[in-house]
Amino acid sequence: MIMKLKHLTTVILSVGLLFMISCKSKPKDADIQAAVTTALQSSPGVTADVKDGVVTLSGSVASQSDKDAAEAAVKLNQGVKSVVNNVTVTPPPPPPAAPEVTADDSLKTAVAGIVKDFPGIQADVKDGVITITGEQKADRWKKLKMALDALKPKKVDASGLKVK
Amino acid sequence: MAALQDKYKELIDAAQAAGTSNLKVSELDGVLHIEGEAPTGAVKDQLWNIYGKIDPNFLTGDVVMNINVATAVAGAKLKVITESSNLNIRKGPGTDQPIVGKAAHNEIVSLISKQSDQWWLIRTDNGEEGYAYAQYLQPVE
Repeated sequence: MIMKLKHLTTVILSVGLLFMISCKSKPKDADIQAAVTTALQSSPGVTADVKDGVVTLSGSVASQSDKDAAEAAVKLNQGVKSVVNNVTVTPPPPPPAAPEVTADDSLKTAVAGIVKDFPGIQADVKDGVITITGEQKADRWKKLKMALDALKPKKVDASGLKVK
Repeated sequence: MAALQDKYKELIDAAQAAGTSNLKVSELDGVLHIEGEAPTGAVKDQLWNIYGKIDPNFLTGDVVMNINVATAVAGAKLKVITESSNLNIRKGPGTDQPIVGKAAHNEIVSLISKQSDQWWLIRTDNGEEGYAYAQYLQPVE
């Protein structure tokens, strides 16, 4: 009986000691914060707040998988008790619509009106593409190109132009 | 998609940094289309200079850049920037329209309204009124 009691005391003491050790080695919030911040480097836009081992994630990402990835990266860190994932998913804006291209008929008239002031230049319009040939000084060509681009063509092809 | 935007990244970044409004960058059949409204004529010039730096003499044909100037609003003063000749002022918007007046090279005129991106209704100090080609008119800032 006495032996048993002695044994129990030893067990209680060692459990207590173990508990103390484990308490001492428990990571502090600041340490968790540092580790979590490092882990979140691969999740731009996400920030973490640590309190009593609970990590709260906030910020905005482009997709649900990015949100999950941030949570997974944080969970792996020692001392993290739980993760509150408050990250919002904001899908990226859709790519801009295709540019507006002027119809050939109006484009032809407009191109002819401009090119007449640029002697030495010939222009052709087909399927929204203005093809420029001839010779022109660099500064004059720049002016012409600015004017042609403003007509909303599909392309200005000047591969046949010689710039002096 | 990304290759063209990478090539012209400096241009797109500059357009954004300079406060170009309604900036739209899109692609169509291998041509990058950049549209928007620059806050000043100087910004427009700057963007064209960057474009010319990336693609010397604009010969590659992989960009169409249509940048308007925000200061070109009704009532604005415009300078006639023809090479040396007079600028025709026409009755209507089109080169087939009769000429109703002329504005001299470097003359300052007033913008009444924009019929389109190409044709602007203007008035000279002599009171002549009609349509002229916008490419020869530059806002005075």
